Amino acid sequence: MSALLEIKGIVAGYGSVEVLHEVSLTVNEGEIVTLIGGNGAGKSTTLMCTSGIVPLRGGEIHFAGERISAAGGGVRADKLVGRGLVQVPEGRRIFPRMTVLENLMMGAYGRDDKAGIAADLEKVYALFDILKQRSAQLGGTLSGGEQQMLAIGRAILSKPRLLMMDEPSMGIAPILVANIFRAVAQLNREGLTILLVEQNANAALRLARRGYVLETGRVTLTDDAGKLLVDPRVREAYLGDS
Amino acid sequence: MTPTEVFMQQVIYGLSNGMIIALVALGYTMVYGIVELINFAHGDLFMLGGFFALTIVGALGAAGVLDIAHMGDHSNWLLLFGLVIAAGVFCGGLNVAIDRVVYKPMRKSPKLTQLVAAIGVSFIIVNLGLFWGGAPMEVFGGGNAAAASKDFPEILEGSNLLGEDSNIVLRLEDLAIFIVTIPLMIALTIFVKKTRLGRGMRATAQNPVAAKLMGIDTDRVISATFLIGGFLGGAASVMWSLYNNTISFQMGFRAGMDAFTAAVLGGIGSMPGAMLGGVLIGLIRAMSDQYIETRWTNVVVFGVLILILVFRPSGLLGLKQREKV
Ligand SMILES: Nc1ncnc2c1ncn2[C@@H]1O[C@H](COP(=O)(O)OP(=O)(O)O)[C@@H](O)[C@H]1O
Ligand SMILES: [Mg+2]
Repeated sequence: MSALLEIKGIVAGYGSVEVLHEVSLTVNEGEIVTLIGGNGAGKSTTLMCTSGIVPLRGGEIHFAGERISAAGGGVRADKLVGRGLVQVPEGRRIFPRMTVLENLMMGAYGRDDKAGIAADLEKVYALFDILKQRSAQLGGTLSGGEQQMLAIGRAILSKPRLLMMDEPSMGIAPILVANIFRAVAQLNREGLTILLVEQNANAALRLARRGYVLETGRVTLTDDAGKLLVDPRVREAYLGDS
Repeated sequence: MTPTEVFMQQVIYGLSNGMIIALVALGYTMVYGIVELINFAHGDLFMLGGFFALTIVGALGAAGVLDIAHMGDHSNWLLLFGLVIAAGVFCGGLNVAIDRVVYKPMRKSPKLTQLVAAIGVSFIIVNLGLFWGGAPMEVFGGGNAAAASKDFPEILEGSNLLGEDSNIVLRLEDLAIFIVTIPLMIALTIFVKKTRLGRGMRATAQNPVAAKLMGIDTDRVISATFLIGGFLGGAASVMWSLYNNTISFQMGFRAGMDAFTAAVLGGIGSMPGAMLGGVLIGLIRAMSDQYIETRWTNVVVFGVLILILVFRPSGLLGLKQREKV
């Protein structure tokens, strides 16, 4: 198994506050890996560093065998998308005053392969039927769950090699969460590599092959997802056992 | 003149001025939409556009290409369009340069810091205009009185298109304003809706982080926005100078206030709002000049600004509230 994403001891923060203290994490080709941890642990920051939005203060990130980021610079955020490093951000960040279809097409911003884009659009519509029904509606008028589907659909149109999802279940009705997790599983079966950030540790660990636990900017545990699911430390901290 | 004719005349003045204000207002609203900066210097950039255009005219006159004293006898459309494009490119380029040098390094600073910087740029540009007015060219009065208003020559023939017997006056200048501004607005609308860069602008305005995650080079989008906003301001300055036959280093303040009010009236950040707001402010000015009194007109415009800010801060076509993630 070859590593698609290697995060090697990254340090990052905001202003005078250091948020990530040498975080390391690997995602191999074809895997679903989950990164779990409480609020404020640094999960989103880890993804934003990987996407090139938050600069590194130390460490390195490699993607598909190439170094994409290190302290002092790296590949620009907009270039990383073209390489297949795609993120579905926390809070969805859809474009509220664009239609559903326009939102989806923003995902294909850097692409010129018309036929490929059309095929991917069909794929998204097959995955989330509701998006097809709502294609002419403004993004801002969708429900939270629908917006999440839209954000995932938009990411698929960016033609990802690695899809990083930041808390896709946040603030969404449980029935839609099940839908979204089913879609994630299906995308993975079709060969997509996924890094799933979640606070919903139970669902995430059931879906993933491996997991990392992040606490206040440090990876404190990493193992096969099945083992983490029964690990007493994880059960106590994230699965509500006491 | 019958009351109806008086009213129609004001409508013509109002629409002509309003279209110019709308072009300037677009520069405010586009920049605000993308970086949430009230570009205080935009009106003054507009002023420099007028000086640039007059300099070109002066240089062509000195080179013997133009006979400045008799310019109004024959319409010179080629010169007019040339000046519109030249002043547009000049102001657009300058706007991009100002953004790179001044605003970009403080993009993450508090909004107040950026606003104060923009006010500083405004002062610098006003003084550049004052300095420029002292240029030793004939069109600048030989450079003797830098602060004095400068005559801007007639480029189009001045006769009344409705016939010399008509009480209502409609001149080529009025038509030229529509001939220049309407296609620019249509082109802008198509650009923003249909082109890749235009879609990138809308995305960046709605959610800059998401835009980056879509692979949009947001720095380039921001530069393009300053370029287009500046271009429209430069184009507007030529039409304004032609319409008023005079330019001054202080003209950016009033034009800027009118255009800013128009942008707020339409809903800052909204391009159709800026166009609508511009036309409305033009009409309000004309009606106030006629039916109240000229000296009250600025008060009326500021009154409109205050009323919108109090009762409908989102403007006529703006969003009820800006959604922030
Ligand atoms: N843009 C920001 N500016 C300043 N501090 C931030 C910013 N984003 C996150 N933080 C801080 O960084 C820490 C980690 O945040 P985050 O990565 O969002 O955690 P998580 O996604 O695990 O909840 C938190 O203490 C948070 O307050
Ligand atoms: Mg988070």
